Amino acid sequence: MTKLEAIIQPTKYEAVKDALLEIGVEGMTVLEVRGHGRQKGHTEFYRGREYSVDVLPKVKIETVLPDRMVSKAIEAITNAARTGKIGDGKIFLTRVDDAIRIRNDERGESAL
Amino acid sequence: MQLLMKFSTLLIVFFFIGTVSAQSTPSASQPDRIEQLQQQVADAKSSADNAWMLVSSALVLMMTGPGLALFYGGLVRQKNVLSTMMHSFAMMAIITVLWGLFSFSLCFASGNSFIGGLSHVFLRGVGAQPEAAYSASIPLQTFMIYQLMFAIITPALISGAFAERMKFSAMAVFMVLWSLIVYAPMAHMVWGKGGLLNSNLGGRFPTLDFAGGTVVHITSGVSALVCALYLGKRIGYPKEPTPPHSVVISFIGACLLWVGWFGFNAGSALSAGSLATSAFVATHFAAAAAAIGWAGAEWLHNGKPSALGAISGCVAGLVAITPASGYVGPMSALLIGLVAGVVCFAMVTRVKARLGYDDSLDAFGVHGVGGTIGALLTGVFASKLINPVFKDERGTVLGSGMIDGNFLQIFNQLVGVVVAVVLAVIGTLAILKLVDLLIGLRVPAEQEIEGLDINQHGEEGYNWEGSAP
Repeated sequence: MTKLEAIIQPTKYEAVKDALLEIGVEGMTVLEVRGHGRQKGHTEFYRGREYSVDVLPKVKIETVLPDRMVSKAIEAITNAARTGKIGDGKIFLTRVDDAIRIRNDERGESAL
Repeated sequence: MQLLMKFSTLLIVFFFIGTVSAQSTPSASQPDRIEQLQQQVADAKSSADNAWMLVSSALVLMMTGPGLALFYGGLVRQKNVLSTMMHSFAMMAIITVLWGLFSFSLCFASGNSFIGGLSHVFLRGVGAQPEAAYSASIPLQTFMIYQLMFAIITPALISGAFAERMKFSAMAVFMVLWSLIVYAPMAHMVWGKGGLLNSNLGGRFPTLDFAGGTVVHITSGVSALVCALYLGKRIGYPKEPTPPHSVVISFIGACLLWVGWFGFNAGSALSAGSLATSAFVATHFAAAAAAIGWAGAEWLHNGKPSALGAISGCVAGLVAITPASGYVGPMSALLIGLVAGVVCFAMVTRVKARLGYDDSLDAFGVHGVGGTIGALLTGVFASKLINPVFKDERGTVLGSGMIDGNFLQIFNQLVGVVVAVVLAVIGTLAILKLVDLLIGLRVPAEQEIEGLDINQHGEEGYNWEGSAP
């Protein structure tokens, strides 16, 4: 099982969510985060002094998937989220040791 | 037939007696009726004046709560929002009690040139009867409650200078002492019977201050500067930027201030007639021009007009027009507002940064400087056509300000400004020193970092998570 963490532009959230549902992803966690890669922030003024706001709002989607679904999910996410400009985001993959369904103690892929 | 005839005759006789009786009551004499009518006219005027004054009192209270509370509250960081709002709210409670017990008397009872007497302590003698020296058409009690709202907002303004780092207990003690030592003498000198600077009641240096440019704004603004310098900068200032946690809240507060200010300035006419209208109009025009002035200056300087700049500008204009409101015309008001907007913008952006003091919410930059601009420009633009305040022994109206040809009034204005500044500096320094020695003024560093809402009040302003622990 693999955990996908996709950090994307907030405006692309609906499209990415729909794309994942379409390929059969059944569960995900969505967080509103702030961050930046190479994309610069912006400057604001307060009482005449300029200061830079480095971190920008992003959306992070986390989902744990069976390994056979991972490449389909990556394709779905990138197609939905790509604009070609800096700031599109990143996807990270990590190995998951186990998954447990709280309702009935199911373990492994059937818990996903 | 005989019976009917007798009955009819009796009826006619009774009718005749009735009408003659009605006409025999003597009519009231002409002088009595005129006096009666005059009393009714005076009562009608009193009712109109009193109604307006009660509304004005409510408007001025609204300026403190929630006007100032929101304006200042939005400008601080989220962790200090309640602490900042409590600075204003505590004044609504504490100053009210103080006023009823002593300070109304110290401000407005007969005393000497500098302070009032004790004849009105515990509000003795303050009832439905008017006090002719102040206003012949409203109860003294109305005058008292109206003036109370000024006494409430003045110390609340100072809190802008020490926001985010002052102990609540120290603030409360400081404000009580400040009300007695700085506000009461200044209010008495400018507005009280026998006051040194009173332009209506024959003061030695008549300072034209319609609604409190010197009494409210210069005293609080200068005291704010003293506090900011004495307490020192917030941790992280000026390197860490501390933008407002909610410009939206400040925006609402500023608009409430603008509307409430009509009570502050137009109510200072102490009557509901054309002078109130004139002050109302001048107030509004100055606010508008100042908002444009500040926003315009910002647009030129930074490339964008900010919402915070626009609302700060309008407040600066309202401050500046305060002493002038009952003496100047609308065109002068536009000019005063524009000057205040631009100068206060320069003050809080360039001058403050260069001098390096931490006046967190620009109490000095807007109120101290705006009040001084207004007080001095009153000496320029005051017109006898708007308000014939100076008369000679024969009752001939004399010029008010420079545009009337009275080139000396500006010096009187300067005296008023200097008195306010000196009183504020000396009084505030003494009180700060005393309170610092007794209980300490500033919260310790860890508390300043944690946020005053938690350690001073045990609360958080917002609970966005809902019921989550």
